[in-house]
Amino acid sequence: MAKRILIADDEPNIVISLEFLMQRNGYEVMTAPDGEQALRLLREFKPDLILLDIMLPLRNGFEVCQRIREDAEWKHTKVIMLTAKGREVEVAKGLALGADLYITKPFATKELLASVRQLLGE
Amino acid sequence: MRNALTDNAGALMLVFVLILALLGILIQAALRAYVARLLALAEETRLISGANPHHRLDCGHPRELADLALAINGLADRYESMQSSIDSRIAEASHELEKERNLLAALMADLTESVIVFNAAGTILLYNQRARQLFNGAGGAEHGVGAPDWIGLGRSIFGSLDRQVIAHAVAHLSHTRPNDGTFPVAEFVTATQGGRLLRARMTGAESAAATPEGGGRDSSAFVVVLNDVQREVQLGSIRERVLKSLTEGSRASLASIRAAAESILHYPTMEPAQQQRFLAVIHDESEKLGNRLSEALNADASGLAAEWPLATMLGRDLLRALQRTLEERCGCAVTAETQDAALWLAVDSFLLVEGLGHLMRRVTQIGAMQGLRVRLAPSGSRVRLELDWQHMPLAVDQAIALENEPIAIPGQPAPLSLREIVARHRGEAWYQRNEREARSAFCLLLPTADDAAPSQGKSETAPSRPVFYDFDLFRQAGQNREIDERPLNEFAYTVFDTETTGLQPLQGDEIISIGAVRILNGRLLTGETFEQLVNPERSVGRESARIHGLTDAMLAKQPPLVAVLPRFHRFCDDTVLVAHNAAFDMCFLQLKKPVTGLEFSHPVLDTLLLSAVVHPNHADHSLEAISARLGVNVIGRHTALGDAMVTGEIFLKLVSLLREQGIVTFRQAQEASRKTPYARIRY
Repeated sequence: MAKRILIADDEPNIVISLEFLMQRNGYEVMTAPDGEQALRLLREFKPDLILLDIMLPLRNGFEVCQRIREDAEWKHTKVIMLTAKGREVEVAKGLALGADLYITKPFATKELLASVRQLLGE
Repeated sequence: MRNALTDNAGALMLVFVLILALLGILIQAALRAYVARLLALAEETRLISGANPHHRLDCGHPRELADLALAINGLADRYESMQSSIDSRIAEASHELEKERNLLAALMADLTESVIVFNAAGTILLYNQRARQLFNGAGGAEHGVGAPDWIGLGRSIFGSLDRQVIAHAVAHLSHTRPNDGTFPVAEFVTATQGGRLLRARMTGAESAAATPEGGGRDSSAFVVVLNDVQREVQLGSIRERVLKSLTEGSRASLASIRAAAESILHYPTMEPAQQQRFLAVIHDESEKLGNRLSEALNADASGLAAEWPLATMLGRDLLRALQRTLEERCGCAVTAETQDAALWLAVDSFLLVEGLGHLMRRVTQIGAMQGLRVRLAPSGSRVRLELDWQHMPLAVDQAIALENEPIAIPGQPAPLSLREIVARHRGEAWYQRNEREARSAFCLLLPTADDAAPSQGKSETAPSRPVFYDFDLFRQAGQNREIDERPLNEFAYTVFDTETTGLQPLQGDEIISIGAVRILNGRLLTGETFEQLVNPERSVGRESARIHGLTDAMLAKQPPLVAVLPRFHRFCDDTVLVAHNAAFDMCFLQLKKPVTGLEFSHPVLDTLLLSAVVHPNHADHSLEAISARLGVNVIGRHTALGDAMVTGEIFLKLVSLLREQGIVTFRQAQEASRKTPYARIRY
C-alpha cells in the first residue's frame, strides 16, 4: 500500500514542487496551508510522514510538532521540518521537540527524496 | 677742733659710700625683680605665640607683675583653644575634600568610557581605569613593537593623542560660546599612535582656582571622553559587506533566473535542447544563490543580529538569582546545578529572572509541582538553561499559552511574553516532557558571552586602589626652573630596579628584568608601573637564578632588551631616575646605547648614597637594612618591580630626612651624595 505524506506549508509555489515530487515517486499526498488544518488532516488522513514548515499561520510548525509528539497515537509518524528558519537555536529546538530531521530551505530535491525514503524504511 | 671735723668727714664719706653701695644693691635687686622679669615675660610670651602654645607664665613673684602674667596666660588660653579649633576645622575640611575626591575617583574608576582630564599645557591631571587600559594595553607583556601610548599623571597628553587635533578642538572650544549657556563640546575622531580608532568628546572644565577676572574664555583644564570605535567600525563594515554581497550578488543571479524562466514561458515552441539549456541556467543560478546566502550568513553571524543590550554574567550567579526568585514565587525548594563553574552568559538577567519566575508561578497555580530544579550546561555554542520538575505534566497547548502570555515587568513600557524575552536574547525556548523519568521541563537556549570576565590583568604587587588623580598639578602650568635649584619634592621620579644574569656589566652579564614605578608629588603611584622580563640572549647563571627564580626557559619567550628599552625610555620620559646602587643599573642601561641609540641622560639619584648621607654612622646600606631602619614594609623582594617599590618608599622617607638636614634642592642632594665613600665605586 502506498505510504502517505502530508505537506504542511503555506507557500503555494513550494507546495507545487513538493506535491509533484512526492506523487511522482509513488506516495499519496495531501496538503495543509496552516497548522490547524495540518492537525486535522493528521487525524483524518493519518500520514506516515509529514513535511512540516515552521512559519505556518494559526499554529506554527513547532507547536504542530509538539502536539504530534505529545500523542502516543502518532508515535510512528515521521516528522521532517522543512523551513526557511535556519538559525542554530531553531534547529536545536526543532530536534529537541522531536523532529526526525530538520532541513533548511533551499534544499536539493534529490536529497529530500532520499531522506523521505530512508525515514520510511525503504 | 679741726681733727674732729676731718675725722668726721672721713666717717661721713665712709657712710656715704656705704649708703651708695646699699642703694646700688637695692636698685639692682629692683631691676632684677622687675625689669629683668619684664624682659623674661616678653620672651616667654613670644615663646607661647611662636613655638609652644601650651607654655604658661609663672604668676608667682613679683606680685605687681602677677596681674600681667595672669592676663597674658588668659590670652594664651584663648590663643591655644583658637588654634586647636582652627586645626580641627582644617582637618574636617580636608576630610570632606578627601571624601569627595574618593567619590570622584570611584565614579571615574568604573566608567565604561575612558575619561582623561588635562590642563592647558597638556599635562594629564586625572584619568580612569578604562583610559589606562585603552592606552597602556591590558597589562600583558607586549613585545615592544611600535611605541606604546603611555598615559599617566604628570605626563603629556600629546604622547598619546595627536597635538594638532587637540589644539584644533581647544580652539573650537574657546571660540564657541553657545547662547543657551551650555558648555561647548568638541567632537572628533582620531587614531592613537598604536593604531586604535577613537571617538572623542572634549569640553573645557573650570579649574579649582577659577578667577573671576578675564571673562574666562580659555579653560585651564579639559575633559576628554574617549570611545574605542574600532570594534563598531569593524562590525559596521562586516555588515555592509554582507549586505552588499547579498543584494548585488543576488540581483545578478535572480536576473539570470528570471530571464531564463521568461524565455521558456514566452517561447513555448523552442527546441527541447534550447529549453534544457535555460533550465540548466535556472538550476545553476538558484544553487549559487543558496550557497551565497549560507556563506554570507556564516561569515559573521554575530555581527548581523541587532544587539539588544545584554550584560555579561557568570552562569552560577544567574542560577543563584533564579533559585532565590523561584523559591520565593513558587513557595517550594529549588535545587540549582551547573556543570561548568566558569560559564559566562550574555543576558538581561532581570528580564530573564522575572519572566521565568512568572512562568513557574503560573505552573504552580495549575498544579503543585515537586522537585523543581534549575540546571545550566553548555550546548554547542550556546548555553542550555533547564527548569524541570517532577510529575504534573502540561498539555502542549497549555505550555504554549504560558510561553506567549504577556507579563507585566517593572521598568518595561509594555508587557512581554517569555517568548519575546527569549527572542531578545536571540535564543529559543520550549516545553519538553521526559516520559521515562516523569519529568517536565522548560528549556532555554541562551547566548554565551564573547569576552569572558572583564580582563583581570596581572595581579599587582601593590595593594588597594591605584592613584589616578592629582589636583595639585593644576597650579603647575608651564613653569620651568633650573633642575638643580628645584626642591626634591617637586620632581617626578621613576624608581626602577633591574634583575641581571650576574654582577659584571662589562663582562657580558645582561638584564633579565626591569621594574619601575612612578613617584609624583611625594606619592608612589602604585597604578603606574612598568614591568617586563627580558630575554638576555645568553644563559642565566645558576647563582643568580637561585636569587630571582627566573630560568632560561621563562626568559626565552620574552622580547630582547633592544625591544624593551625604547618602551622603558618612554616610561621614564621627563623624570629623575632613582635606583639603589644606581651606578650598577645605569651602567647596564648606558651600555646598550650604540645598539638602541637611546641615551638615558636623565638626572639620577641613588638611594644607597642618600642613605649614607642621612645615616653616615651606619655600615649597612643594603635595601633590607635601610628598610628595617626606616620602617618600610618589604614584600615581594627579588622581583624587579617589588624592589623598585621598596626603593621608592625608602626614597620618599630619605627625602624628608634629608630636608631635616637642610638638603632640599637637587644640587644639594647631589653634592652630599658625592661626598659619601660609596660614590667612588665605578662599574
